[in-house]
Amino acid sequence: MIGNVLRWLNDPDNWNGTQFTTGIWAQLQTHLLYSVIAVLAALVIGLPLGLAIGHTGRATSLISGLNAVRALPTVGVLVLLVVIIAPHFHGRTSKGYIIPTLIVLILLAVPPILSNTYAGVQNVDPAVRDAAYGMGMTGPQVLWRVELPNSLPLIFSGLRSATLQVIATATIAAYVTLGGLGRFIYDGLAQQDYPQMISGGVLVAALALIADLVLALVQRYTVSRGLTKRFSKSTVGGAVAADLEEAGVEHT
Amino acid sequence: MIRFDHVTKRYPDGTVAVDGLTLEAPTGRITVFVGPSGCGKTTSLRMVNRMIEPTSGTITIDDRDVTSLPPHELRRTIGYVIQHAGLFPHRTVIDNVATVPFLLGTDKKQARARAAELLERVGLPAHFARRYPAQLSGGQQQRVGVARALAADPPVMLMDEPFSAVDPVVREQLQDQFLQLQEELGKTIVFVTHDIDEAIKLGDQIAVMAVGGHLAQLSSPADLLARPIDAFVAGFVGRDRGYRALGFARGAALPTTPEPTVRFGERVPPGGLEEWTLVVDDTDQPQGWLRSGPSGSPPGSPIDDAALFRGGTLATQGGSLRAALDACLSSPSGRGVVVDGDGRLEGTVHLDAVTDLIASRERAEVTGGADG
Amino acid sequence: MADVAYLPGLPRMLPALLPADDNSSPWRFPQYFADHFSEVMGWLWAHTWLSVVPVIAGLIIALPIGWLASRHKWAYPPMMTVSGLLYTIPSIALFVLVPPLLGLDPLSPLQVPIALTVYSVALLVRVVADGLGSVSEETLQAATAIGYTPVGRFFTVELPIAVPVITAGLRVAVVANVSIVAVAGTIGMVNLGLLFDQGFKLSTDTPYYPPIVLGLLLCVLLALVLDLLVILLGRMLTPWRKAVRS
Ligand SMILES: Nc1ncnc2c1ncn2[C@@H]1O[C@H](COP(=O)(O)OP(=O)(O)OP(=O)(O)O)[C@@H](O)[C@H]1O
Ligand SMILES: [Mg+2]
Repeated sequence: MIGNVLRWLNDPDNWNGTQFTTGIWAQLQTHLLYSVIAVLAALVIGLPLGLAIGHTGRATSLISGLNAVRALPTVGVLVLLVVIIAPHFHGRTSKGYIIPTLIVLILLAVPPILSNTYAGVQNVDPAVRDAAYGMGMTGPQVLWRVELPNSLPLIFSGLRSATLQVIATATIAAYVTLGGLGRFIYDGLAQQDYPQMISGGVLVAALALIADLVLALVQRYTVSRGLTKRFSKSTVGGAVAADLEEAGVEHT
Repeated sequence: MIRFDHVTKRYPDGTVAVDGLTLEAPTGRITVFVGPSGCGKTTSLRMVNRMIEPTSGTITIDDRDVTSLPPHELRRTIGYVIQHAGLFPHRTVIDNVATVPFLLGTDKKQARARAAELLERVGLPAHFARRYPAQLSGGQQQRVGVARALAADPPVMLMDEPFSAVDPVVREQLQDQFLQLQEELGKTIVFVTHDIDEAIKLGDQIAVMAVGGHLAQLSSPADLLARPIDAFVAGFVGRDRGYRALGFARGAALPTTPEPTVRFGERVPPGGLEEWTLVVDDTDQPQGWLRSGPSGSPPGSPIDDAALFRGGTLATQGGSLRAALDACLSSPSGRGVVVDGDGRLEGTVHLDAVTDLIASRERAEVTGGADG
Repeated sequence: MADVAYLPGLPRMLPALLPADDNSSPWRFPQYFADHFSEVMGWLWAHTWLSVVPVIAGLIIALPIGWLASRHKWAYPPMMTVSGLLYTIPSIALFVLVPPLLGLDPLSPLQVPIALTVYSVALLVRVVADGLGSVSEETLQAATAIGYTPVGRFFTVELPIAVPVITAGLRVAVVANVSIVAVAGTIGMVNLGLLFDQGFKLSTDTPYYPPIVLGLLLCVLLALVLDLLVILLGRMLTPWRKAVRS
């Protein structure tokens, strides 16, 4: 079986596509497009909101409310939204599927980013915040120059957790007839072409790992060494930490 | 000059942290707030830079009401050192120090150059500049905290227990350096501590506060020791007041007598020595006492570390009577060693002579009133 | 309901969400439940089993690994790296990758529980390591001094102290599993995810809501109940914390 999978992955036709099939490169592009849009949108929503809630200490109930969202099964929400929205689009357009998919992906990505940003600002040592005001910083200066840089480690672990969940869930877009790497999994399943199905799994896993690695690198060059105390901390595993952080697990 | 005028702070939960505080912190001097935990020291201090707003009363700096400026602008003109340093963990030491100059829009290069200079002044070697706070010891962090408060050269400094998080030896060092620095800079300083010894050592003026936020006594350190105003202050100032007060007493010159010496590293002469002989080094600085006779070093034996008794303390001519008394009491020979300002031997003094000086000073104080 | 049509300005997308007579209305899910009762209960049971058993298996595997990582400095970074990497792999990818890696049939019924166990281990190793790491050295030494054997000490001292942290991790794992298991329904595994699959397939022309709504409700309920059970279990195991909680 593993040999068949390797053969499938080695076939240039599977990468470039043929007259009748869409290739890996094209599906990868689609997968990335959905993922990037969703993560960016979630950042645009979650980051300012998290910073604002953390800085002002208002509307904190929103954060605990978010945790309830985790209990929603993503497939169920996706199917529900597709069923509601799709009939309103007619003709040769996949908007009726793309919009629900993006909504679900954004819904999935906002909580980790928002709650980690909030937790990051909250966790800033009160003495440090006090010193910042005491030195004569204004509220916005404290936010930008002290709270934000000090929250970056947690914000990044939230971002990485969100990215992983989005890449994983974008696979299900194929279930509702859209493109993306999930196509190979669902098509392989339908055609009982297991090498194709397993290759799809390999590709999604590889994409997730690469995306996490890229973000880990960005994190490394963005977060102050004074905070990471690098040398002792491993670079992967951010997602576990973020999910636990969201759930309020203290870790040492 | 900082003036508190009937300042009261009542927290929303009803706690009265400061009650009708009226006092002046003179320009160029160190005013220490001291008192038991929860007596309102921090609250009083933080009302000066408006980290806390008073419920009533006014605070002025050089006759200007602190509320006449927006808080952040006011704070940039006041150095503030907080208890656990509160350094920014994401910034290097040098950028921590340059915080306020950066806020004021000073050129980065210039601000960093000045910060480097300050680091040196507070006793941190240059290679610490590029480190992060997490890479510093507690004492080093405190130094950076002091340097950061000094960076914009503010005329006024507020210091909230800046030396409390370090061990006694380091604390003593920090205090000495701080006094040295203040001698050069002459800032107007309000200093908070709960340690009465620190207050007495550093303060030009001490404000003792009692729980409930009352000012119990405002006076010079010597006065505080000599005449606590009530039982609370007397209890707080503690034991050994008489002895500690000698720390401020500078009597007439100590009547020294010349002391025969031997040199460190040489040998005990063949004829032997007195029972106790003072040992000095090549520059005439006293090293310790040498014991001769049956139970001491025999003639011809080396005068080295093993032979030396280093127990005695030194008194400096022109220093306090407390140091002179201690030099006598701690000397194995019973003769107190007196040195000049450079640490060179001047002679020894007898306990009787020191107690005579103390007695004459006591009489002068009782008849002529005290001055610090 | 006839009068719905008279409400002016009602968004055109919403009428389906309002009570309606036809069988495809979202409010008809009780009817659907009643009609397919034994089938749905079977899926619910399978879903529950798939959500719980891998977490328990994961905990049993994670305990010794986490203990090793918490007591030996050298072991911590590599173990956190490996578990972090495993956690990075999307669940659906893991489902399809488990069979070839373990030499199972491509659609083996074991693939989902195995994949979820791997997931739970990845999450719980860190939790266990950090939970056990929070037990202070003095406590450990005191326990040893009293005369506990290392094994006795682990079960009577270290583990109980780590329970609150481990409980919090278990909550995350269980709730996440309920959602992930539903995904497995889309590749044909038997569980509540099939309700979504059916709803989707029955909605090709006009929306057919009942199975979708029923699936959402049951999944959320299941997640909440399991979450609550973990909390209760955690409290039962740490009676001394009641005093603090007050
Ligand atoms: N934000 C607040 N709300 C209510 N009460 C407060 C607040 N801050 C301080 N207090 C109370 O005001 C009193 C004075 O507090 P303050 O911090 O000024 O004491 P302190 O003299 O600095 O004590 P310490 O030596 O322990 O630092 C205390 O009783 C304290 O509990
Ligand atoms: Mg205080």
